[in-house]
Formats: sequence, structure tokens, C-alpha cells
Amino acid sequence: MTALTGIRVLELSNERIAFAGKLLADMGADVILVEPPGGDPARAYPPFLDDEPGPDRSLYWWHYHTSKRGIVLDLDASADRATFRKLVATADIVIESEPTRRLARLGLDHDDLRALRPQLIHVAVTPFGREDPKSDQSVTDLTLMAGGGPVWSCGYDDHSLPPVRGLGNQGYNTGCHFAVMATLTALLHRFASGTGQFIDVSMHAALNVTTEAASYAWLVNGSIVQRQTGRHAATVPTGPTQIQCADGRYVNTGVPPRNPREFERLDAWLKDLGFADDLPEAVFLEMGANWEGPFDLSKLGTDDTITAIFGAGREALKLIAARIPAYDFFIGCQRAGLPSGVIYAPEEAFEDPHFRARGFQVDVEHPELGRSFRYPGAPYRLPESPWRIARRAPRLGEHTEAILGALPK
Amino acid sequence: MQGALSKYRICDFTGQLAGAGATKWLASFGAEVIRIEDPVRQGRWDILRGMEPFKDERRGIDFGGAFNNHNTDKYGITLNLRTAKAKEILTELVRQSDVVTENFAAGVLENWGFGYEALKRIRPDIVYVSNCGFGHQGPYSRFKTWGPIVQAVSGLTFTSALPGEPPAGWGHSYMDHTGGYYMAMAIMLALIHRERTGEGQWVDLACTEAALTLHGPALLDWTVNGRPMRQAVQPSSNRSQWVPMAPHGIYPCTGTDEWLAIACRSDTDWRALGDVIGEPWCADPAWATLDARLADQDRLDEAVAGWTRTRDKFEAAAALVAAGVPAAAVQRPDERVDHDPSTARWGLWPTVRHTAIGEIRVDGQPVHLSDTDWEMTRGAPCLGEHNEEILGRLLGYTPEEVARLREEGVL
Repeated sequence: MTALTGIRVLELSNERIAFAGKLLADMGADVILVEPPGGDPARAYPPFLDDEPGPDRSLYWWHYHTSKRGIVLDLDASADRATFRKLVATADIVIESEPTRRLARLGLDHDDLRALRPQLIHVAVTPFGREDPKSDQSVTDLTLMAGGGPVWSCGYDDHSLPPVRGLGNQGYNTGCHFAVMATLTALLHRFASGTGQFIDVSMHAALNVTTEAASYAWLVNGSIVQRQTGRHAATVPTGPTQIQCADGRYVNTGVPPRNPREFERLDAWLKDLGFADDLPEAVFLEMGANWEGPFDLSKLGTDDTITAIFGAGREALKLIAARIPAYDFFIGCQRAGLPSGVIYAPEEAFEDPHFRARGFQVDVEHPELGRSFRYPGAPYRLPESPWRIARRAPRLGEHTEAILGALPK
Repeated sequence: MQGALSKYRICDFTGQLAGAGATKWLASFGAEVIRIEDPVRQGRWDILRGMEPFKDERRGIDFGGAFNNHNTDKYGITLNLRTAKAKEILTELVRQSDVVTENFAAGVLENWGFGYEALKRIRPDIVYVSNCGFGHQGPYSRFKTWGPIVQAVSGLTFTSALPGEPPAGWGHSYMDHTGGYYMAMAIMLALIHRERTGEGQWVDLACTEAALTLHGPALLDWTVNGRPMRQAVQPSSNRSQWVPMAPHGIYPCTGTDEWLAIACRSDTDWRALGDVIGEPWCADPAWATLDARLADQDRLDEAVAGWTRTRDKFEAAAALVAAGVPAAAVQRPDERVDHDPSTARWGLWPTVRHTAIGEIRVDGQPVHLSDTDWEMTRGAPCLGEHNEEILGRLLGYTPEEVARLREEGVL
């Protein structure tokens, strides 16, 4: 069994919570995706299999609904509401992102459902919280990220360029991460207490506490971070950490060498590559390598020798980067004990030998197509309780009969 | 406090944000989280301990503002694991703990003699969760990382950019936060498994892998259709990636560095936007359909920016939202912390009491549980602050014995 085997989740289909349902389903929960007649509009989101639209061809849909079963219910119709209540009586968790008063209007809000099932955990994920009138306003991932904090910190040194919202529905994802954390917390509490509870998740609040120094610099001493190209927004400007390599791709160079051992390794790497003669500052690298004891960093900028040594470290990294491909720079730096990262496109990361060796790519069968496809794999590895994609995303209403047929009469 | 997780004790070696953020969650729901730090290095493995921001200019190993933010309601003890006595104390502590957590580089805890096999001998059902950049297995397991490097290698940096510019990336360690979220999930999943089976396990979490799962549709477009995200000209990440929306962007407003995000999902949104803006181009038949707008976004963005440029970001956002169009001002930290009714109503910035710093506000949790909600009252522990309490309460040492252990360099 896996951690959540036998835990039944009813997910009222909504793009904002789809990822939370996937996280639970891939850990073994029996997630039943409840769609309205006609299906969730997200079935029509690109990209599509072979670029041809169709209700079961959206790769967006495929990703967010793995391991779930699907049922169609019209909660505006009383017969289907009765069916939903019967389902709730068999469920452990309901997760939804409905308009804040809709379920109460339908007689399906937490008090109604908990009367049917005292151990039910009801998770409501809304833009600003269940009690906030703003939650019924229209939002998208972009507007949540803008208002919630991340966008302020991301972008370029040049502030005439707009700040930047990173791709991938990260605003929705962050709300979903907290929805799952809260759900697991309530499940653990239920082992001891036997009772469920209502969980209110605010997507806006989730983003507000996912901004690192942007929030706490203000909370601690009233300072405000400013965005910088490819590195942390900061209250005091910091030096660049991103370099373009010989193949046009970029690397994040991390922090240049700071101790004699790191200077020694960088010096050795430069010599191995045969570039030492081309670095005018090479002598300072050697001085750094032979330095007695740690550097007094407070003298950086005032002590000429220390400043020259640290400058040589940065120059050496720039010289190497300009002459070798980004991947080689990444591997070379890391082998020299210097943290650095190649700036991969997602597909390049996916095909990288490290992730392949760890088995990150998983095959998922699509029986009606007679094919299987490679999907992204586990975010964590629980050997006794393995993450697994149990099945591809459900077709519209695919499991309605099976699920309703198994309900107690 | 009797919280949702009060029955669990965590023997916690985590630090920075990727690890400490995970156990902060557990502590805020009542778990007894005991941070173990090295007295010889004054706990400096966690570089945030003595790092800015500082309140009232007071500096030092107990004054780091970020450290306080990430370690609320935890206990703190010191153990010099170079000594046999400290190892004995740790062994006893592990025996009484449900979970051991760490986010060292791979192999560090094992080198101290407390790898998973050793932990399991001490307590067979122990849950051990390790969190490092590339995980404990695989060719890069010894590589060093922190947030920005995890983001670089996993594709997150690349997918945050404007056309013709280098990657903008993330201006904060999104993956230290999020790695911590996955670590918290992993700990709780393993505890659920233990509740149901009695078995413990070692969870290997690689932050880079957790990050890679955040690109799902893009990766399927690659594996199914062979379409890479790296293209000759990178599209703007401020545009909508999959869901067809246009206009969709971040536009300049009056004032310095003031911006407004707007997303038009449909023709209805577009007409509503036009009603608010009321300029001739809003009625241009060439832009009447979503497909036409998607195909002409550069010109469309210029037109929208022409309107926003003379507007206040909050007033323009309010007008658009009232018309049903998704829009939001890009909020600065001061605006969303101190002038945002939604975060205030939520109680998102609780005040905790830190022994050295005094009263200080921190990040709260973005969830509320009806029966067993989170609570934050204490700031992060000062170095070794709870040596007497923990060694006394859990292991039966007297204050005199604790004082002697401190003199002997064990604590």
C-alpha cells in the first residue's frame, strides 16, 4: 500500500486545485474528479496531442489529472446533489475552489457535509480566503502572482522593463502545495481524534509567504528589496551571478570562491583547461590558493590584495564560461567543489543524465491510443509508500458507472 | 498548545529555508521540533542565523531576521557531535523522536554515524527525511546547490524571462520555499504511512526533482509532441503559457516602478476592458476575436500600456476588477504587508516573542483549520536556549549536569 491508499477524495474540478488533487492521487488516494456536464473547460487547454484539439487530447489536462477517476454530476440538479451526498458519505476529503457561497446555497457546505460524515475534511481553496469578499472576483495565475508578491521581486536590473511572472502556473501550484500540507495535517490529527474539519486556504496568502526576503526584510526593519537580473532581489545591490557561455546558454555561477581551498580548486581547473596563461589575474588566484587561514571578508574593497584575489576568482569564472559550453561549465565547477548550475530549459533538465539515472521519467499507458508516454515522475521518494501514476487522466465521465454502481443502495 | 501535530517529536538538523521551512510548518501545528546545532561553529552551518536583516541594528548569532522567521516555535539545543557523549545524547533523543530531518549535503549525517541504518537501529520505525539539491542517489548527488542553482538546473530560471533578454529567473529562492513544502508533505506522508502500518522509512527528497514536476504540461509537450521550450526567440513569460488569453501582461502605471497585471480570458473580458478604457482601438474589429488578439499581442500590449501609463495602478485595477476583468496591481512588500485588507483580515503576519530580539512579526500560514489551527508565539531559539529544558525534561539531566556538559564542550 501507499500512504494514502483507501483515502477517498472528492475534487470539484477547477483548474486552481487540479494540482492538489494530483499530488494526493499520485500518493495512492482514490481521487474522484467531479466534473459538470460538458466537462471542465480546462479539457480545452493546449497543448494537444499531435497539436489536434479534442476533449481527451489536452496535455495540460493529462498532466494535472493523473491517477484520478472521473465522474459527471450536475450539482445544480437535485438528483445529482443527492448522489453527491451519498458519495460524501463514503469520502474522507472534499477539495473545492467554488464561488464562496455556492455550496451553502446548494446545501452542500461544510456543516451539511460533516453532518453526513463527521470525519470529513473539507478543503476550500479560494483566491483570498473563504470569508473575503474579494474571493469571488476573477483572478488568474498572473494576477495572483502580481498582487501576492512574487512578481515584485522578479525581473531585471533595468527597471524600465516590467517585472516578470515565471511560467508554469506557479501561483496555483503554491496554493495547491499549502492545500495538500493542510490536508495531510488534518489527516494526521484525524488518526488521534477521529474527526474531520474545515480548511480555508488563501492563494493570495500562500504567495505572500513564498517571497523570502521580500516579506521579512519589510517585517524586520522596513526595508524593501529591488529586483535584479537573474538573482535575488535585494535591499542593497549585489553583483551579477549569471554568465553566458560559449554555446550561448547561461549558467548561474553561484558565489565565487571565498576560501583558499576554493581558490586552489579553481586555479587547478583553469590550468587543466589550459587557460591559465590567458588570465592576467592568474597570479592572484595562486595567492588566494596559498593564503594562510580564512580571508577577512570585512576587508574586501579596502585591502588591495584581498580585493584583487576575489576579483581574480570572478574573472577566472568569466573567462572559463566564455570558452566552454554551459553544461561543461556546470560539471567542471561542481567537480571543483564550486556550486554552479546550468540554466536548462525544462526539457533539457528532463533529459539530463542525473534525473534519468534516478528514474524521474515514468511511462504512462494510454490504452485507447495503444501508446504510452513519458511523464514527469516523483517529487519525493518514499520507498515503503511509493509515489506512482496509477492511470492516465480520466475521460469525461469515464468512471461514473463504476463509482455510482459501487455506492451502497 | 494542543495542536494537530502535538503528538510528534522531530529531531531537527535542518537549516536555511529549504529545511527549516518544513519544520516551521510542523511546529506551527504543535509538533515538538528540536533543532540541533553545532556549538563549536555557533550554529553557523545555518548561515541565516547571524545574517541580516536585523531589527534595530542589533547584530549577532541570535539576531538573524530570516532565521527567526523560519524557526518560530522550535526548541534549540547544541550538541558537539565530535564528542562521544554528544553522540550518546543524540542517540537517546532519536530513540524518543518520531522523525529525523536534515538538509545537509548528501552524506553529512552518515559521516557523523547517524545515517538511516544507524537511526533505524536506534528506533526501528523512525521516519528519516533528507532534503538536498540533487538527492542522495545519482551522478550529481555530491554537487552543491542552493535555491538559485536548483531553479537554474530545473528549468524555472529559464522559464522566467522577457523576449531578447537573458533569463530573469526568480528574485527569491522559490525552490527553498517550495522544497520545504515538499519536505513537509514528505514528512507527513511518511507519518501517515507509519500510523497505518507501523513502518518507518527514509525519504530521499531532491529539490531539483520537486522543481521539475512544476513544469508538467511543458514536459508533456516535449515528450508527446517533441516541442522544446527553448526556441529561437523566447516568448514573454508574462504572456499566458497554455490557457489562451490576450491581452495578458504587466503594464506600466503612473509613478516610479509601478505596474499593473491584466489578463483577458475571453471576448467578454475584452469587451469589459474596452468599456473601462473607452478608447477607439478597443472597438477595432481587427481585435474583436481572441484568436486575432493572440496573433497580434505586441501591438495589443502597446495599446494597453498607452492607457495604463497615465493611470494609478490601484485605481485602474479596481476599475477593471469591478468590470469583471482579472487585474491586480503589482504590490510592493509594504503594500501587501501593511496596506492590504486581505492579508490583515487573514492574520497573516503574527507577532512572536524572541528571547533576544523581542517582539517581531513573521510570515504566518496561508491556511486556517477550523478545529486545530496553527499558532505562532515564540521566535526562533537562541543558540542552545533549550539545553536545560530538553535535556532535563526528556533525558533526565539535572541543571548541574547540563552545566558540566557545557563546560566539557559537549553542548
